[in-house]
Amino acid sequence: MKAKIRKIVTFVDETLTEQGKAISPPLRRAAAVAVIENPFAGIYQEDLSPLIDIGEELGGLLAERAVAALGIAGGDVQSYGKAAAVGENGELEHAAAILHPKLGTPFRKVLGKGAALIPSSKKRGGLGVVLDVPLGHKDAAFVRSHFDGMEVRINDAPRANEIMVAVAVTSGGRPLPRVGGLKVSEIKGEDGLR
Amino acid sequence: MPDVKIRKFVTIVEDILHEGGPIASIPPRRACILAVIENPFAGKYYAEIASFMDDLKPLGLDMARRLIAAFGGDAKIVEGYGKGAIVGEAGEIEHGALWHAPGGYAMRDALGGAKAIVASTKKVGGPGTRLDIPVTHINASYVRSHLDAMEVGVPDAPRAREIVLALVMTTGARVHARAGGLEAAAVKGEDGLR
Repeated sequence: MKAKIRKIVTFVDETLTEQGKAISPPLRRAAAVAVIENPFAGIYQEDLSPLIDIGEELGGLLAERAVAALGIAGGDVQSYGKAAAVGENGELEHAAAILHPKLGTPFRKVLGKGAALIPSSKKRGGLGVVLDVPLGHKDAAFVRSHFDGMEVRINDAPRANEIMVAVAVTSGGRPLPRVGGLKVSEIKGEDGLR
Repeated sequence: MPDVKIRKFVTIVEDILHEGGPIASIPPRRACILAVIENPFAGKYYAEIASFMDDLKPLGLDMARRLIAAFGGDAKIVEGYGKGAIVGEAGEIEHGALWHAPGGYAMRDALGGAKAIVASTKKVGGPGTRLDIPVTHINASYVRSHLDAMEVGVPDAPRAREIVLALVMTTGARVHARAGGLEAAAVKGEDGLR
């Protein structure tokens, strides 16, 4: 099944200073969000494989949009995340079907790599619901400087029979990291964790 | 003369494929750029603030150029525009009014001499405040198909001593425009109205 997309919204957030300190180069984060029709709104559907296929399609499409918006090569992306918000006639499981089984592979393909789990969140909500997309380092989930989140919101979505699907990518971690933990320079990159 | 201190830029791009009707062959695009700047007048009443408008001109031009980049760098496809400001709680609405001249000048300049007044709105608010920015045709305010609006905001701005400045451009008509009125093809383009 091909996703029936109503709109695609991209967000780019570029931080130049934080608490009076210059961030050089400026930190960039980008999210791409698709608003799609929920084929199973209002009904109980046992087999969610059509949504799983939609997740695969959107993983590539949204990753390409988000990386293009970020303005750097896919291989230079440092952290990533994904999330979905299901309209009121849908079910949280619909978000799970889109996000978890197949979205990651085409997403990682756009980045060239990505050993770490892609952090995710999901919710059900009405128009204008705020979706917080969690972020983590793409090669080592324990990199503490890259634990972050990016808020996205579309005032006219999700309608009752829609789903919002979001991916986010960044050029770096938080602007002024200083709470210790595993550093980027210490990544072994073997298990996706450290 | 105060420097313009920029904390961050946020860019939002919406591609609207449909809204329940036929899928658009060329999806309408709306884009907004927001700059989060320090409010040099926060916390106190200053009688003289107007000179800050000149300070904002280079930022306005930079924002207009960044915004046109969201249209693939092609200013010719931009047919609608609008602007707005959100002033943090230690400021006053009058500080938002400082954006009228530099914001409007910047877009007219970047779009090659647009004639219509740039529709605008402003408010005082806290971080995450949403602003509905009105949008009209760049050469004739009465073009009904192009009367539109874009809701925007920045999750972590404006802080108390900040101002969020916004510019919006669109490719034109609402996705399923069919409410009559002056059509873009019938614009005379003399007075900025019709």
